[in-house]
Amino acid sequence: MNSIWTIARKELSDSLRNRWLIAIALVFATLAVGIAWFGAAASGQVGYASTPATIASLASLGIFLIPLIALLLAYDAIVGEEEGGTLLLLMTYPLSRGQLLFGKFLGHGLTLALATFIGFGVAGVAIALLVEDVAVGALTVAMLRFIVSTTLLGWSFIALAYVVSVRVSEKPIAAGLALAIWFFFVLIFDLLLLGTLVASQGEFNPELLPWLLLLNPTDIYRLLNIVTFSDSTQLSGVLSLGSDLPIGPSGLWLALVFWFVIPLTGAWALFRGRRI
Amino acid sequence: MSCFRLENVSYRYDKALVLNGVDLRLEPGEILGLFGHNGAGKTTSIKLILGLMTPSQGKVSVLDGEAGDPKISQYIGYLPENVMFYPQLTGREILAHFARLKGANLRQVPELLGQVGLDDAMDARVKTYSKGMRQRLGLAQALLGKPRLLMLDEPTVGLDPIATADLYRLLRTLRDDGTGVVLCSHVLPGVEPYIDRAAILTDGSLKAAGDLASLRRQANMPTTLSIEPENTVAALEAVVNNAPASAGLMMHQANGRLRVDVRPAEKMELVKALVASGEVRDLGIYEPTLEDVYVHFIGSGGLAHRGGAQ
Repeated sequence: MNSIWTIARKELSDSLRNRWLIAIALVFATLAVGIAWFGAAASGQVGYASTPATIASLASLGIFLIPLIALLLAYDAIVGEEEGGTLLLLMTYPLSRGQLLFGKFLGHGLTLALATFIGFGVAGVAIALLVEDVAVGALTVAMLRFIVSTTLLGWSFIALAYVVSVRVSEKPIAAGLALAIWFFFVLIFDLLLLGTLVASQGEFNPELLPWLLLLNPTDIYRLLNIVTFSDSTQLSGVLSLGSDLPIGPSGLWLALVFWFVIPLTGAWALFRGRRI
Repeated sequence: MSCFRLENVSYRYDKALVLNGVDLRLEPGEILGLFGHNGAGKTTSIKLILGLMTPSQGKVSVLDGEAGDPKISQYIGYLPENVMFYPQLTGREILAHFARLKGANLRQVPELLGQVGLDDAMDARVKTYSKGMRQRLGLAQALLGKPRLLMLDEPTVGLDPIATADLYRLLRTLRDDGTGVVLCSHVLPGVEPYIDRAAILTDGSLKAAGDLASLRRQANMPTTLSIEPENTVAALEAVVNNAPASAGLMMHQANGRLRVDVRPAEKMELVKALVASGEVRDLGIYEPTLEDVYVHFIGSGGLAHRGGAQ
């Protein structure tokens, strides 16, 4: 446990040193405040639209940004140590490969969690203070749910980046594959799903289709932040399938947790088989 | 307790046999030189001892335990060839990081940095370090937590002569405290005075192991006498030819001196005969160096400059 914390601590202080943490937090805060203030711009006025609308807009932006940030943060976790020549040395220390990987995850995960919490937290406080007659209770709940789900989404992409990082032997390849992961989950997956839906002309098993959304963490994340406002009229595209899912929010939360546990376990298994 | 023991160890990388039936051990308080050409299996042997890989065949035990066991690796110090560190961190931060990982006392950090001569640079980022400074940091890292087994791969690369001498002195002190040291180096004349035993690997097999005297015996390489004549070289040659054990001796002249290669067992008889003859003004005796022995075992004829016994 001690070695895991030592590794995590180094990652955390690295992200403080290279200003990653503060930069991510700033981006998040700016984004949230901007959306809150100009959220009603589409309807021709400047001002706070509503908490669900704000969260929905944030989540829509989040699915592009969060995976990208998480992948960038983590893609070189192992392959970077190897290219830097420190992996061999680390492995001669009383430190197992699992401890190294979980330490990295703890460090990167905490970095992302802190940045999310600070960035969106500050924005939430600003909204609560500056917007008149906003329901603070509802806002707090929605914001907390948003922050926690954003963190979980980030963790799942950190874990996915590790799967790449323990597998390849060069950093540029890891970066390329990380981008491919982003492309697939953020852009391609929904398109594929919609395509399947349309091409099958309704022949596709309607029971199975909603479950396919669980194969994409960004869809789970959107469902969590949009569906839970129960107003399913806001759902568009493949997300409307989500309302057919027989699992409630707790099921979605669990699915999002699985989305970082399973890739992380996979990365660990691959790392153990890697030749150093 | 042995520092490590390799028993009939073989290692295959894909299909290639990288190590073939190697038997080697190191006792505490001993400095072992591990020599071999590039790709001879030195690094593989070290990685096996570090537990980074498991042998395809044979047994590796380290400090009476399993190689790679965290309880064991806590007592092993290792300096890899071309050691690299996190360029953005300072020397002190890096050493503290590794000290925490090793469970070593953090007070050791400034102490060790001082010991390797990085006092002034410990708060500078490693990316500003020269090769020699990185090497010193690597050395400090290897010494964390009082290792009982210290493995150094090319430790003197990038070090100036004074730092090199300091390093060897330090290794002697450690050895006298009971640490077992493995030294891989290509600078054979440099390490020769400091190693207790040498092991020579070629193509994955152990060609020879032992102290220098026994390696010389195994190699059966001639000792060279360089003799300055009192009168003429011809008179000297006559003395050598009449000596009891003169069969097959190599002789040649250079700069007015006579050089004679003699088998170790016959050396003293020849010396006595020479001294008794009164034809000798000055006499130099040259035993084969570690480099000569190495070249003999590696069998690189082109590099051999003392041909006699081959």
